[in-house]
Amino acid sequence: MAQLLELTLNGRPRVDAVPDNMLLLDYLRESVGLTGTKTGCDGGECGACTVLIDDVPLLSCLTLAASVNGRRVDTVESLGENGELSAVQRGFHEKLGSQCGYCTPGFIMASVGLLRRNPAPSDDEIQEALGSNICRCTGYVKIIEAVKFAAQLNAEGTAP
Amino acid sequence: MNESAPIRNIGDYVPMVDGPEKVSGRALYTADILEPGMLAGRIYRSPYAHAEILEVDTSKALALPGVKAVVTGADCDKTFGVLPISRSEHPIARERVRYRGEPVAAVAAIDDATAQKALGLITMKVRELPAYFTSKAALALDAVDLHEHKPGNLERDVFFELGDVEEAFSKADLVRQSTYNCAEVCQNQMEMHAAVAQYDAVRGRMTVHASTQVPYYVHLMLSQILDMEMSQIRVVKPYVGGGFGARTETLNIELISALLARKAGGTVRTVVSREETFITHRGRPETDITLKLGMTKTGRITGVECECHQRGGAHSGYGVVTILYAGSMLYAIYDLKNVKYIGKRVLTNTPPCGAFRGHGTVDVRFAFESLLDQMAGELGLDPVDVRRTNYLNAPTFTDNDLMINSYGLPECVDWVERESAWRERRGNLPKGKGLGMACSHYISGASKPVNWTGEPHATVKIKLDFDGSVVVLSGAAEIGQGSSTILVQSVAEVLGLDMSRIRIITGDSDVVPKDNGSYSSRVTFMVGNAAIDAAQNLKQVLVQAAARRLEARPEDIECLGEVYRAGTQDTGASFNEVVEEALKDTGTITVTGNYSTIPESHGGRKYRGSAIGGTMGYSYSAQVVEVTVDEETGVVTVDKVWVAHDCGKALNRLTVEGQVQGSVWMGMGQAMSEETGYHDGLLLTANMLDYRVPTIQDSPPIETGIVESNDPHGPFGAKEAGEGSLAGFLPALTNAIEDAIGVRFDDLPVTPDRVFAAIEKRERALARAAARKKSA
Ligand code: FES
Ligand code: FES
Repeated sequence: MAQLLELTLNGRPRVDAVPDNMLLLDYLRESVGLTGTKTGCDGGECGACTVLIDDVPLLSCLTLAASVNGRRVDTVESLGENGELSAVQRGFHEKLGSQCGYCTPGFIMASVGLLRRNPAPSDDEIQEALGSNICRCTGYVKIIEAVKFAAQLNAEGTAP
Repeated sequence: MNESAPIRNIGDYVPMVDGPEKVSGRALYTADILEPGMLAGRIYRSPYAHAEILEVDTSKALALPGVKAVVTGADCDKTFGVLPISRSEHPIARERVRYRGEPVAAVAAIDDATAQKALGLITMKVRELPAYFTSKAALALDAVDLHEHKPGNLERDVFFELGDVEEAFSKADLVRQSTYNCAEVCQNQMEMHAAVAQYDAVRGRMTVHASTQVPYYVHLMLSQILDMEMSQIRVVKPYVGGGFGARTETLNIELISALLARKAGGTVRTVVSREETFITHRGRPETDITLKLGMTKTGRITGVECECHQRGGAHSGYGVVTILYAGSMLYAIYDLKNVKYIGKRVLTNTPPCGAFRGHGTVDVRFAFESLLDQMAGELGLDPVDVRRTNYLNAPTFTDNDLMINSYGLPECVDWVERESAWRERRGNLPKGKGLGMACSHYISGASKPVNWTGEPHATVKIKLDFDGSVVVLSGAAEIGQGSSTILVQSVAEVLGLDMSRIRIITGDSDVVPKDNGSYSSRVTFMVGNAAIDAAQNLKQVLVQAAARRLEARPEDIECLGEVYRAGTQDTGASFNEVVEEALKDTGTITVTGNYSTIPESHGGRKYRGSAIGGTMGYSYSAQVVEVTVDEETGVVTVDKVWVAHDCGKALNRLTVEGQVQGSVWMGMGQAMSEETGYHDGLLLTANMLDYRVPTIQDSPPIETGIVESNDPHGPFGAKEAGEGSLAGFLPALTNAIEDAIGVRFDDLPVTPDRVFAAIEKRERALARAAARKKSA
C-alpha cells in the first residue's frame, strides 16, 4: 500500500506517493535523489543517516517516510546560502572534522540540531549530542573543534 | 621591479581540496550512483563453514518475475587474489565453501526487494566437512586441508635467525618470556562495500565503479575473472568512505557485480549490508605471540625470540605478507642484534583476513613494548630510558638489511616525556590512575610493489592548456586520507602558484595514469615524489618559454609563480603570458613525473621473503597514555593521550594531525573494545553494537606533536603519517593500566570484564598473602 506524503523538504513543499513500509532514508536517497544522507549500517547503529525533522536530529533509517507527513525535513543539502558553506560546514571543512566524509552529513546535521537549541555548547554537551554518531577516521578530536568553531562563527555572524 | 614572490603552502594547515564536496553532500560515493533501469545485485551466502558443494539450485530464483540474471560458481572458473603467488579464491565459491558467508550465488533484479526475495528461493546441497575456527585446530595433524595446495593448513611458515639468540640470552642479566593474544579486528570503515558495474554489450566493454583503495588491482582482477582484455575495462573510484586496508585487495563484491552485469547485459549496483561488510572482513587476524627478550641491567636488549601465529581465515589474501611483516618489522625501531622469528600463517574456516592499518606490525609491537615495559619495571629502570638505551644510530642498515636514513624516534620520545610531565607525574598519581608509554613505527610504502612490472613506482601527469589551468592527473586513490590535497600542494609549491590554480583528477582509469594504490602509506612518499618531478618538468618547460619571450637565457630566468623574470630589474612576463608562449610549439602541454625506489631500500636476501619490510623511509611514533581505572567496575577511562609522530616533514599539519589522531584512536578501539566473535564460524559481531567502536564520549583528547626528521629521499623531506601511531597505543594503554593497578594485560582487548576479573584475582591473591602472613 502507498500513502500520500506531503512535507517541506529542504524548505520546499513536496508531495509524493510512498509505500507504507518505505524508510525515510530510502525515500530521500532513492526516490528524491538526495544522496547526501548516508547509509552506514543495517539500522540505528551509526548516525550516518541523521536528518532534522522539525529541527530535531533523528535517524532517517529508523523513520518511516509516511510518518513525516506534514513535517519539515532538512538534509545536509539544505545548508549554506548562495553556494556559501554554513558555519557548521565550514567548521567540518576548515578544522578537518571530515576525512573520508562518509559520516560527515550525519555529524553535520546532528551538530546543526545541537547549535539550534544550544548556540554555545561545552565539550561535554557536544560529546553528548554526537554520542550516537560513529566516525571511523578522525578520532573525534577535530570534530569537537569543528563544532566549537561553528559556534564561534555563528556568534560572530560570519557564516550563513 | 616586481614584488611578487612564489607562493608557499608546504607546512601550513591546509583544509582538504575536496572538503567542500564532503560537507555539502555533493560528494558521490559508489552507492550514490543512480541510473534509470539499474538493477540491484544481491549475494547468496553459504550457511556452512566448510562443505563440499553438491548442488546449487537457482532455478526458482531465475523464474521469479523481475530477476534478470543469476550467477553461481559455474559462471566463473577463474581465481583472484592480491598476491600473484597465491590467487586461490573464486569470486563465487566452486566445489567447496570455506567460511560462513562465502558467496555461493548472486542475483540481479529490478529492485532490492525482488533480489532479496530471489535469494530466499536459492537452495544448496552439500557434504559438510570438519571446520576449524582457531589456528590450533586447523594445524592439528588430522585436520582436513582447506586448500589442496596448502598441506596442513599452513599458508606460510617463516623462520629466520640472525645472530646467535641463545648466546645473547646467556649474556643477558634478565631473560623473560610472555605470551600474548590479540583478538581479530575489523576496519569497519563507515561506507559499506559497494560496486556499480555497467556492461556495454554492444561494444563488449565493462565499466566498474567500486569503493576500492586500489583501482588498478580491481582492473587486473576484473580482466582475470571476466576473461576480458584490460583495454575493454574501465575502473572508476568515486569518493570512498574509508578503507584502512579492507579495500586494498579486490573484493568479491566488485567481481560478482561485473559477472552479473555482463550476464544481465546492463548495469548492476550491489550495495552490501553492514553485516556483509563485516563478513567480507580483510581485517587483522587473531594473533598469538610468544615473545622472549634478553636484557642487560642497563636496559640494553641482547636478544629477541618471537613466535607468531596468525589465524588467517579461509583464503590466502595478503597472508604471506602479513606474517613476514610481523617478523621483519621487529627491526627498524630499536638497535637489535640477535633475533629469531618463527611465523605461522594458518588457514581457518573464518572470513579471510587482510591488510589492516599498521599491516603486520601492530600485534607484535604490542607484545614487544609490553615485555620491554615489564622488564624495565623488574630492573628498576624508567621505561622511557630503556627505549633510549636501544636507539638506532641512523643512517644505518638493520641486521635484516632495512635501510634507515632518518630517525626521529628520540625527538618523539623527548616530546611525549616532556608534554606529559612524565618525570614529575609518573608514580605520583592518585590511586587508580596511571601513565604508560610505548613506541611504534611504520613504512612509507613497500619498496617493492606487489605486482613487479618494471615500471616506475609512481607516475603523475600534469596538463597545462590555453586557459592557464594546471590539472594534475593521478591514479592515487583519495580515500579520505588527503592524498589529493598533498599532490595539489606539492605541485603548487614547486610552481610557486596558489593552490586555487591547480585542479586534480583521480580515480578514472580512462583518464589518469595507473597507480599502485593507497595502501602501506605509500602515496605521499611515492606519488608525492612523482608529483614533484612532474611539476619540475613543467617548470622547465615554462622557464624555456619565458626565456624565449623575455629574450633571455633560461638559466637567468627566475620563477616567481605568477611572474617569470630575467633578473630583479625585469618586470617579467605573467604566468599566462608564459603559458601562451609555451603552447606555441606544442599545443596543450602534458608532462610526466616518475618516482622509483632505490635498490638499497629493497631489503636484503638474508632469508626467504626478506624484501617485506623494505621501504624508503620509516615513520616513528611515541605516545604516553593516561588512564583512570575504576576498581569497582573494571572500567578503564583514557583521560588523555600525548603522541609525537616523526613524519619527516609535515607537508600539511592539519592532515598530519588528523591522520595521527585517527591512528591513535583506532589503536584505542583495538586495545579496549573491538573484537570479532564467532559461534561455529557464524560471525556474532556483525554490527556496530556488538562490534564496539569507541564513540565520541569514550574518546580522549589527543595532544599531537609533529617531529620533522627531514628524510633525504622524502618529498620535501616527508614520510608517512597515517599508520605508524596506531600500534603504540595498545601497549601504552596496558602499560598505563599496569602503572595504575599493578596488573598487566597480555590479552586484547582489555574489556571491563577482563579488568574486573583481574582485579578480583589480584584481591584474592592479596588476601591469601595477608592470611598466610597472619598465620605465620
Ligand atoms: S544508517 Fe546507521 S543509524 Fe541510520
Ligand atoms: S570522516 Fe570517515 S568516517 Fe568520519
